[in-house]
Amino acid sequence: MRQFTYERATSAASAAAAVADNGNAKFIAGGTNLLDLMKLEIETPTHLIDVNGLGLDKIEATEKGGLKIGALVRNTDLAADERVRRDYGVLTRALVAGASGQLRNKATTAGNLLQRTRCPYFYDTNQPCNKRQPGSGCSAIGGVTRQLGIVGVSDQCIATHPSDMAVAMRALDATVETVKSDGVTRSIPIADFHRLPGDTPHIETALDQGEIITAVTLPPPVAGRHVYRKVRDRASYAFALVSVAAIVRPDGTGRVALGGVAHKPWRVEAAEADMPNGAATVMRKLLDGARTTEENEFKVTLAERTLAGILEETKG
Amino acid sequence: MRFDTPATNNPIDQMKVVGQAITRIDGPRKVTGTATYAYEWHDASLKAAYGYPVGAAIAKGRISSMDVQAARQAPGVLAVVTAESAGKLGKGSLNTATLMGGPEIQHYHQAIAVVVAETFEQARSAAQLIKVDYVEAPGAFDLAAEMENAVKPESGDPDSAAGDFGPAFEAAAVKLDERYTTPDQSHAMMEPHASLAVWNGDELTLWTSNQMIAWNRAQIAATLGMEEDKIHIMSPFIGGGFGSKLFLRSDALLAALGAKAAGRPVKLALPRPFLMNNTTHRPATIQRIRIGAGQDGRITAIGHESWSGDLPGGGPEAAVMQTRLLYAGQHRMTAMRLATLDLPEGNAMRAPGEAPGLMALEIAMDEMAEKLGIDPVEFRIINDTQVDPEKPEKQFSHRQFVECLRLGAERFGWERRNPTPGSVRDGRWLVGMGVASAFRNNLVMKSGARVRLDREGVVTVETDMTDIGTGTYTIIAQTAAEMMGLTVDKVAVNLGDTRFPVSAGSGGQWGANSSTAGVYAACVALREKIAQKLGFNSTDVTFADGEIRSGNRAISLAQAAGDDGITAEDTIEYGDVSEEKQQSTFGAHFVEVGIDAYTAEIRVRRMLGVAAAGRILNPITARSQMIGAMTMGVGGAFMEELAVDKRRGFFVNHDLAGYEVPVHADIHDQEVIFLDETDPYSSPMKAKGVGELGLCGVAAALANAVHNATGVRVRNYPVTLDKIIRDLPRIG
Ligand SMILES: Cc1cc2nc3c(=O)[nH]c(=O)nc-3n(C[C@H](O)[C@H](O)[C@H](O)COP(=O)(O)OP(=O)(O)OC[C@H]3O[C@@H](n4cnc5c(N)ncnc54)[C@H](O)[C@@H]3O)c2cc1C
Ligand code: SF4
Repeated sequence: MRQFTYERATSAASAAAAVADNGNAKFIAGGTNLLDLMKLEIETPTHLIDVNGLGLDKIEATEKGGLKIGALVRNTDLAADERVRRDYGVLTRALVAGASGQLRNKATTAGNLLQRTRCPYFYDTNQPCNKRQPGSGCSAIGGVTRQLGIVGVSDQCIATHPSDMAVAMRALDATVETVKSDGVTRSIPIADFHRLPGDTPHIETALDQGEIITAVTLPPPVAGRHVYRKVRDRASYAFALVSVAAIVRPDGTGRVALGGVAHKPWRVEAAEADMPNGAATVMRKLLDGARTTEENEFKVTLAERTLAGILEETKG
Repeated sequence: MRFDTPATNNPIDQMKVVGQAITRIDGPRKVTGTATYAYEWHDASLKAAYGYPVGAAIAKGRISSMDVQAARQAPGVLAVVTAESAGKLGKGSLNTATLMGGPEIQHYHQAIAVVVAETFEQARSAAQLIKVDYVEAPGAFDLAAEMENAVKPESGDPDSAAGDFGPAFEAAAVKLDERYTTPDQSHAMMEPHASLAVWNGDELTLWTSNQMIAWNRAQIAATLGMEEDKIHIMSPFIGGGFGSKLFLRSDALLAALGAKAAGRPVKLALPRPFLMNNTTHRPATIQRIRIGAGQDGRITAIGHESWSGDLPGGGPEAAVMQTRLLYAGQHRMTAMRLATLDLPEGNAMRAPGEAPGLMALEIAMDEMAEKLGIDPVEFRIINDTQVDPEKPEKQFSHRQFVECLRLGAERFGWERRNPTPGSVRDGRWLVGMGVASAFRNNLVMKSGARVRLDREGVVTVETDMTDIGTGTYTIIAQTAAEMMGLTVDKVAVNLGDTRFPVSAGSGGQWGANSSTAGVYAACVALREKIAQKLGFNSTDVTFADGEIRSGNRAISLAQAAGDDGITAEDTIEYGDVSEEKQQSTFGAHFVEVGIDAYTAEIRVRRMLGVAAAGRILNPITARSQMIGAMTMGVGGAFMEELAVDKRRGFFVNHDLAGYEVPVHADIHDQEVIFLDETDPYSSPMKAKGVGELGLCGVAAALANAVHNATGVRVRNYPVTLDKIIRDLPRIG
């Protein structure tokens, strides 16, 4: 870990400005991802701006009938919120499937969206990695890839986004609210928030330098059975091999998003029309163009069978 | 005391304290944070500085240049030591690669430097400033690819044969010839290797986390070119070792070198990724098993071959050993072959040999039972032997293997198992049961102890034996209490200090029986001395209720001790008796698993381990050993695998996020049964090892249960969902 200076932000805009002006500055929220990466010198900020004191820790009803979740709301509190549990069950289920109780007590909404990949080569600074060190190459391709991505991958990077929460938010059509250093706000649909790796796997989101997340807004509740199914080798405390967030209405129509398969939560709206026709049909469109390795091609079958299980369970 | 005839009746047989369910006496210290582990000696007077290691970034080659200037000048840095500046270093006989690499690099994350600074953060940060250029050399990293180049190891009984295996196998009515693989695995114990080194002139004091401190002292002496008597090691508490702390590792060496260079005490803990690539691991194996039997289920031919790899000078994983002793069969062969691999050093881990060997053998037995149409429990029983099958004149000292199988089957409800795979469903779960035999040899080791009776009537035991979380403190206290007619609260136990008599140490499941036998010997000597001092005839005294009694005379031990106290010391040494009979431990594992019919996720529903392992010294600590080992078996069966990057030659998943071991949610219903048994051939304690036995066979029982649940036979560990999902019944 490199030495760094630290300050507590007093307003979102001033925090944004401080980071915008300093390429080596970063926000810190729960610190559960950033500090680990700093210890390994995968992240090397020289200045940290603590955003915990900005009062962004509330969950409020919106005029449109949705919910506005402050960027600093802890994963534990979000999962436990009565409105979330009642109306956005897929989100609660995704949250509690993630990490551990202790981590969720610290982890924040914004931090969770911005957590970085768990590709093992990204974590070993002796190994080339385009995401960690642009242009150095991708060690994972041709190496150990069981956990890695199968859709939307590129020749530069096949990493996945590890978040569970984000997959549920993608199914819910959430919007990420931000403020830039000049005070200008943006509402970024979650579909556009995370990027595919392409030639620039180190650029992971639509955020500009210094742009701060203030909230995530959920539209009015979506009716149907809310399911989050996270598949992993051990029963808890592991990242998803594949996860499926689904909302299924009694007639079999609904929404589905996947985790553990791509550089972003993976959803193809056009595939959803096929939900009444079964998982295989949905997956043909949802995973169209999948590019697998020998080690991770099982994820195609796994995603399909996981969805099949959900469709079976939510029948009638 | 020489142990060269089978044990007869002795005070331990009273079982007033030994064999009782006494909670661990070090428990309160552990839960209150007052059991001090190596890295936790915060004694301010020591003014310890912090060391941080630098590991090689390549698997094989040479360092062409190394720039430590920036690190030296970094804030707080006191010293930087490399192979160049360390001076001449030797290599301990128990290490395969040198602990300090450079210029030659033998494996990934081989230590090449240590940075010492005022704070941990400064040391870590400065370590990252060291710039190293390498010239990489091609290496061999793929066991399967190197199989054909594997050779017969020079030592360690690589081949065995009896009868005429080849023709007998060919002629067998029912035959199996299959190949199985087990992956590289990491010990992944909770406490990483850690040491605090303090120099006083040319004398070195080391607080470290080590299972075998006498070995460790000799290895440090050899590595640093010192006299053993100038080295003082303390290792009173150890947060797990599982074999990775049997040997001197880089933490101790780097702390010692750093402390010398900095002129300050230095503490150093290996960062988690170093556990996988810097220390030792269990080597992967490829195993071929051939079994031939008659239609009656009797094995006529059994052959087991195993290939593993290691660095030059290393040894094989002895995966065939149990096959020489477990089942009958007139014609038999085993063979081990060793390939040269440039991966990190392979060595002992959690029941080395038998654990991976039974992972393969016990699947093969399940497959064979299926071919024969015989229940797998019965098939094993049919092939029981009461003699060493290679040397029929040699009997087992005590072998209740069949009893374990029968009792386990009954308690587990084995008769409810449906022999047709894939036929039991519970909601979304496909349910299956599996069985496997447990077998591990019982080793005995010379072990010493010193006991002192003081005027408070308290007996203090000192031995360099270690407690790696196993419960050594408690069983030693029980032994001394039984021998001296006391309760355990009147016994103090001090362990893990090279100033104490040399013990068996903790390894190979020999620790409990051997170290308590050493305490027994010392207590016999103490009883003598007390009797003598009081003028009692030592042959007709009894020790009970804090008193020594003879005829109608009784004197309290406190009084007998007097102001000076009485001290005795002895060592148990084993004569031929341990060679006369084959000493082994036996058991059976029964498990039930559920496989999600959709996702193929594999979850354990219940487990039962039955063990026949001599006298159980303490049912609580022994049970803890068993359930811990069974949990490791779940890891071995379903998740543990060091993923090899075969291009760059290292274990990629080098942290506990990537190297998965079971978590609480994976472990539900675990039951343990110990058969009532004493083995007079093992020691005066009549006990044997149980910790490693608990792991032997578990993974195969689980793999067999997966087959019973799904009909899918996986022969390559770990058994993970990707290996079965395509063969599950179609859905939807
Ligand atoms: C052992 C372990 C297991 C885990 N398992 C799971 C799991 O199973 N599933 C899962 O989904 N997650 C898992 N996680 C990840 C965990 O969810 C994230 O670490 C956590 O959500 C990050 O939140 P944080 O507030 O701590 O972020 P921080 O570490 O504080 O920050 C993360 C990033 O977000 C940026 N940031 C923070 N707040 C803002 C803001 N308001 N605006 C702009 N940028 C901001 C920071 O600069 C930083 O780059 C695991 C983590 C660990 C350590
Ligand atoms: S997959 Fe992406 S994160 Fe992983 S090594 Fe390649 S570039 Fe780096």
